[in-house]
Amino acid sequence: MSTVAYITARGLLGRRRVLLLLPLPLLLVGLALICRAYDVDPDQWGQAVVVGLGLAVMLPVISLIIGTGVLGSEVDDGTIVHILTKPLARRDIILAKLLVAAGVSAVTSAIPLFVTGVLADSVRFGLALVVGAVAGAIAYSALFLLLSLVTRRPVLLGLAYILVWEGLLGRFVSGTRVLSIEQYVITIADRIAPTGMLDGKVSVPVAIVMTVIFAIGGTIYAVNRLGSFSVAGETS
Amino acid sequence: MSTVELENVSRWYGNVVAVNDISMTLQPGVTGLLGPNGAGKTTVLHMMAGFLAPSKGSVTIDNAPTWRNPGIYRTLGLVAEREAVHGFLTAHEFVLACAKMQKLPDPAAATKRALELVEMTSAQDRRIDTFSKGMRQRTRVAAALVHEPQVLLLDEPFNGMDPRQRMHMMELLHKLGDEGHTILFSSHILEEVEQLSGLVQVIVAGRLAASGDYRRIRRLMTNRPHVFALQSSDDRRLAVALIGEKSVSGIEVEANGLTVRASDYGSFTRALPRIALGEGIRLRKVLPSDESLESVFSYLLEA
Repeated sequence: MSTVAYITARGLLGRRRVLLLLPLPLLLVGLALICRAYDVDPDQWGQAVVVGLGLAVMLPVISLIIGTGVLGSEVDDGTIVHILTKPLARRDIILAKLLVAAGVSAVTSAIPLFVTGVLADSVRFGLALVVGAVAGAIAYSALFLLLSLVTRRPVLLGLAYILVWEGLLGRFVSGTRVLSIEQYVITIADRIAPTGMLDGKVSVPVAIVMTVIFAIGGTIYAVNRLGSFSVAGETS
Repeated sequence: MSTVELENVSRWYGNVVAVNDISMTLQPGVTGLLGPNGAGKTTVLHMMAGFLAPSKGSVTIDNAPTWRNPGIYRTLGLVAEREAVHGFLTAHEFVLACAKMQKLPDPAAATKRALELVEMTSAQDRRIDTFSKGMRQRTRVAAALVHEPQVLLLDEPFNGMDPRQRMHMMELLHKLGDEGHTILFSSHILEEVEQLSGLVQVIVAGRLAASGDYRRIRRLMTNRPHVFALQSSDDRRLAVALIGEKSVSGIEVEANGLTVRASDYGSFTRALPRIALGEGIRLRKVLPSDESLESVFSYLLEA
């Protein structure tokens, strides 16, 4: 399992692709710094920056890039075969990949969210965002890892989930919020450090239970899909 | 010693039948899986390697099914046709990672041995994406062999190799086959199979068209003319004598000998020395000139 994680991490971090992860966190922290430097009241920018950019865009997009990168890219170029032709339980392969994906996504988004949270309100708010980001990173990673096993276009489908389901439908159709990881993150963070900036649309139990369901359900389904992974011959 | 067994295996994709009711048993030694492109070779290999479920029938290695059974990879090594490798690793790192994932007791020693086997030790610390096609191929073979699997499956292993690498790979496969490994390699190039293996499984349009020693298969098809190239002390006089023989259906006189078409392999090869002896002609060369797989193949396709 550790070797799979090692190869996955090398493949993820050892390539230029990793630079894709930088702009959004820099933008987030940069905006917060500018607002602080000009002494703008956090009530005016806090929600837009933390929720509008941080939780609605940065966290899911980073999780998408990483979550589809850990397995989807190997499926795409066929290198997954080298890992699958080993006597490893499929569960261990998925768990190793999920661990790397969730870990890297959590670190990459939690740090800028913490800084932004401190600048906008307090250390407590920053820590609340960290907890939310970690929970969100796990749920998103499980979802996007699964997507790379059920579709040939995981990035497209993942973007549709983030932009259309969470972004668009989540604003206007209240029912879709129950299946929106973004809403769980907001609710969890708001419960830890209540501020005027976060406005959770689902209850705390729903947020926690659904986060767990996304994480565990996605993982189990992904393990099962990987167990019957088929390789179609290019010449056949 | 391991045996790979296919029993009445079919595989279809929607309405398209890729493999149609194939049964075969692979014993230790080298076997060639032969067929034109699109015949279903890769589909058969993928089913053997556990990457595809048979739609019907069973695929087993030592009686264990290959589908949804990662345990078989302890006895199985696969060199897939796609040459994708983790290019950001060095050859040594890659093979070592494979050894670790196989949970070998001494991964470092196994890695060293596998890299020596394919003669990649001198380049082992270079990143794989700097390698030529042949070097990548050898690295992949090293990775597939690192746990010394009883069964090794190779899909078009000679693609992109230069003649020297090709020869080295053939020697390696021969050696492994002689040591008792069960080796199956697919190819659409007949000379490769011919040089490497007398045993063939011929797949044409998803069906097993022939199986066994390819020279014997050729001989079984007695209704086809067999072509022999002859050289003798007096070609023309030999031609005159041979045309009276019933099993001879045609003779061409060429600058460097005769080309004789015989309708019956057995009676012609018995008659030839008798006729030559009777006429006092010395035979310098008797060569069954179409004993190449190419001709076996085209006969099977026509049949």
